[in-house]
Amino acid sequence: MTGQLYYEGVVVGGEITTLLKQPTTRQLVMWAGASGDYNPIHYDKDFAQSRGLPGVVVHGQLASCFLGQMVTDWIGEQGRLKKLTLTYRGMNFPGETLICKGTVTKKYIEDGQRFVVCSLWTENPKREKTVTGTAVVTLPSRGS
Amino acid sequence: MAADGLSIEELKSKIGAELEPVVYEIEKGMLRRFAQAVGDPNPLWQDDEYAAKSSFGSIIAPPTFVLTLGFDRVVHQLTRIPSQTIIHATTELEHCQPVRPGDVITATTKIAGVRQREGKIGKTTFVTFDITYKNQRQEVVARCRQMAIIR
Repeated sequence: MTGQLYYEGVVVGGEITTLLKQPTTRQLVMWAGASGDYNPIHYDKDFAQSRGLPGVVVHGQLASCFLGQMVTDWIGEQGRLKKLTLTYRGMNFPGETLICKGTVTKKYIEDGQRFVVCSLWTENPKREKTVTGTAVVTLPSRGS
Repeated sequence: MAADGLSIEELKSKIGAELEPVVYEIEKGMLRRFAQAVGDPNPLWQDDEYAAKSSFGSIIAPPTFVLTLGFDRVVHQLTRIPSQTIIHATTELEHCQPVRPGDVITATTKIAGVRQREGKIGKTTFVTFDITYKNQRQEVVARCRQMAIIR
């Protein structure tokens, strides 16, 4: 984590600090336990293959939480994540690098709060976007 | 597949229905387990001393933590056979206030819509449900709309 991000320091078109993840099947099992999502396509290779998948797949919600982590790392402890909207488009597999990325699409002040809207996505090693979405955050002002 | 699980008619009859609320007592250990599963070392979720000096004043749950509350119950109520699975299609999370250890969170789920689409691999059923999370003071901490695919 770096220092606190301020509204004034955010530029539309600017990038969010990229987060790289290397999910393992073990991590998927940990996520299953933490989330209660015991769909076997995430830990049972035979079952996953019986469903036509090449192997176990990363939970979409875990990928969402990776994107959430990227955002909370970026906005710092004084920032607030207000909204997160995500669509699951493709699959990530354990053993492959999962890249979390984002760019700033808009910034505005409303009711005294400083809002920043970002476009977010995860990529697989083929650079295909597997989860896409937006985040709305509020940030502190350098002046206050 | 639909013949084995709940039929589209059975699912449609549940539109507007509220599933039984689920209550969670939030503990530091749950947050630690969540943070470890995500691989998120942010001290706001785990370090009392750091969090006390932060703008939150104490440890809080990561904003995405609520996504783990109630989903297993939804699966249980919408599927009838173990081989039937639910996968996520979209997630819209609105975060209103932080969740802290010691909070008692009630997740109330309402089935908002059911539709079926004919595709290459047969019929796919989409279920949309809205979950409202309230704390022990009856304050809404988060709202979430999930669209899931039942197979």
